[in-house]
Amino acid sequence: MTSIATETRSVIVEREIAYPPEKIWRALTQPHLIEEWLMKNDFVPVVDHRFNLRKEPQPGVSIVVDCKVTAVEPNRSLSYTWDAYGLESVVTWTLTAIPTGTRLRMEQSGFRPDQEQAYRGARSGWHHYLAALEQILARTD
Amino acid sequence: MPNAHDVLFTTLADPTRRAIFERLCRDGEQTVGALTAQAGVSQPAVSKHLGVLRRAGLVRDRHEGRQTHYSAQLAALSPLVDWTKQMNAFWESRFDDLENLLKRMDQ
Repeated sequence: MTSIATETRSVIVEREIAYPPEKIWRALTQPHLIEEWLMKNDFVPVVDHRFNLRKEPQPGVSIVVDCKVTAVEPNRSLSYTWDAYGLESVVTWTLTAIPTGTRLRMEQSGFRPDQEQAYRGARSGWHHYLAALEQILARTD
Repeated sequence: MPNAHDVLFTTLADPTRRAIFERLCRDGEQTVGALTAQAGVSQPAVSKHLGVLRRAGLVRDRHEGRQTHYSAQLAALSPLVDWTKQMNAFWESRFDDLENLLKRMDQ
């Protein structure tokens, strides 16, 4: 994968869900519901509201994400910044009503292509080491 | 200011130090004594490695009585791991949890 240093990438996950947008909107915007599928939070669906997402994947390790609401369009779309450990990104949810329910799309944008460069010039063995570490990280989620 | 990658690469270049760090990632918080029992080097050597890991932000120490407990700070590795791959897996599993929640919610 080649990319110029200024380019950023996105992670996009999209699914058709058999519930109406109004119901999904509640799950995306009510703190006690957000906690059930994402993380502990102090979310309020108001533009410029700052909030945190928190979780403790293991005792003594806590993950904190700093966020700020940037756009709210009830039952249709929601955006907030998502900053953690050098990653400065924006998460945008889009809800589209379809005959069977809702098409829900999540786009997280702003990933810098540092990762590929991090491997370059590294001594042999690093690839395997990092791959092993990624597996450990994946298991601790 | 040294590049974050360089600091991490240099810190984890030593195989003994890397093994100590991997063990903390795998098994969670440990004391110096517990780490020494597995490391194959002396306790002062293990302590020295832990100091280097701590300065790189890769481990955190917690004092409890006369014991010091060390834990891996996985987040410090973020410059080295492929964020997009990791985040994609993260969101896929969040979508699964969201669908489960929607099933449980009353209309």
